[in-house]
Amino acid sequence: MSAAPLTLVADAEPRLAARQLTAWYGAVSGVRDVTLAFQPNTVTALIGPSGCGKSTFLRSLNRMHELIPDARVTGTVLLDGHDIYARGINPIQVRRRVGMVFQKPTPFPTMSIYENVAAGLKVGARLPRTEVDAIVGRALRQAALWDEVSDRLHQSALALSGGQQQRLCVARTLAPEPEVLLLDEPTASLDPIGAARIEELVHELKREYTVIIVTHNMQQAARVSDVTAFFYLGELIEVGPTPQMFTTPRRAQTEAYITGRFG
Amino acid sequence: MASRLGRKLFGAAMTGATYAAAALAILPLAAILAMLVAKGAGSLDWNFFTQPMVPAGETGGGFAHAIVGTLIIVGLACAIGVPVGIGAGVYLAEFGSGTLGWLVRFVADTLNGIPSIVIGIFAWTWIVRPSGKFTAFAGGVALAVILVPIVARTTEEMVRLVPNSLREAALALGYPRWRTSLQVVVRTAGPGIITGCLVAMARVAGETAPLLFTALGSLYVSTRLFEPMAALPLQIYVFATGPYDEWHRQAWAGALVLIVLVLLLGIAARIVTRGRRERA
Repeated sequence: MSAAPLTLVADAEPRLAARQLTAWYGAVSGVRDVTLAFQPNTVTALIGPSGCGKSTFLRSLNRMHELIPDARVTGTVLLDGHDIYARGINPIQVRRRVGMVFQKPTPFPTMSIYENVAAGLKVGARLPRTEVDAIVGRALRQAALWDEVSDRLHQSALALSGGQQQRLCVARTLAPEPEVLLLDEPTASLDPIGAARIEELVHELKREYTVIIVTHNMQQAARVSDVTAFFYLGELIEVGPTPQMFTTPRRAQTEAYITGRFG
Repeated sequence: MASRLGRKLFGAAMTGATYAAAALAILPLAAILAMLVAKGAGSLDWNFFTQPMVPAGETGGGFAHAIVGTLIIVGLACAIGVPVGIGAGVYLAEFGSGTLGWLVRFVADTLNGIPSIVIGIFAWTWIVRPSGKFTAFAGGVALAVILVPIVARTTEEMVRLVPNSLREAALALGYPRWRTSLQVVVRTAGPGIITGCLVAMARVAGETAPLLFTALGSLYVSTRLFEPMAALPLQIYVFATGPYDEWHRQAWAGALVLIVLVLLLGIAARIVTRGRRERA
């Protein structure tokens, strides 16, 4: 068994690729030397026990990690072949191309459903009202929320259920048309029905996006992902096609985690 | 069983003591209101709100000049002080973790404790004396100086209450920091900030000392910012210390109007805060 993580052989140009990525909190590294590529129209699940660095890694992919005081990243992350950590790259532009949905729904409480979805459009070029209407409608349909809210777009987003709020956050992230979608345990605070809706959604979204999902739920990883990457103690242990990872993992640690012996 | 009885008695006594303390705390407000209504309500009529004062010895006349003056001076104080106070508060909450933040916080707290007459003298030294005359503008500035630290500290507290997850959500959408602060954080903290502003307004509306050396007072309805201007506290002071019974009666009525104004601001603040709780 080699020391390097067993990586998936790339059969296409990756949309996003981390190379020797190490994420630091001050002098401590939360993620060490991760090299991992994400293919277009593929769902990659990041799994591993709490504190294994999978969320930190995810937040390094859209430059959210560096917002924490004293946090920094070394190594490179290539988005369509260009390093998002290169000098002169504006993190704001990166975050517009790599969208993110968080563990807890975070609708903006002062905004209506419509305004929430349109929120990300405000920072770009000013669009005519009809175009914003069209984008909001499209994003809400993509997030499978349109039928439930189309008659109350201008009501407060807080009136929605938790699951609806999370789909609203997905719609808000989709509206500015990112290329990559990062989902940080998007179903962790939802009931099973809400979680199932999000999972269906992930299936739909991979037709147009590169999706990376952090999850604690191994059944979820098995259901929604094409590729699974297992993190442990800040390191990428193994990555491979999901069916193979869940049936014939090559590393003992992976097998132990997947079969529930730790984590 | 005796100890149990003792415990119950002790509990009852302490509960009673808190009730008594609560009653004692609201007693002054109740007493003030009752006295103002008893002594001042009789002089309140339409003329009181629409007519300026009349020369001593004549009957009739009102406090219109003082009411208009207070509205203008307090309005001016808010126009100057509210943007500065909110800006400083947002800075303190969102960016003020370093030495400068500590310094601003310290200065704001110190400013909060400075007697208002000192602020009046300050405004006199820096605005009235160089310009050579008493002006409503100087009064507005003096009140703004009192307003700023109150608004800043309330804003800071309200902005700190906004969950960090909302900031992250906005930043992840590609919002720059300043936009995140203004369009998401401040908007979310909005009702709390408005409440803080209303409370600060109520506080400065009743200030007398800073206006003595600045707005000075006036006998007429005036809307000119660079002339002396009447204000309710000033007019109450002049009439209450004057020699005529009619003046005394009108001073009571003026005090009643001022208290009601302050109460209304307080009630408005309550309503704004309650609206937020219902939505959240």
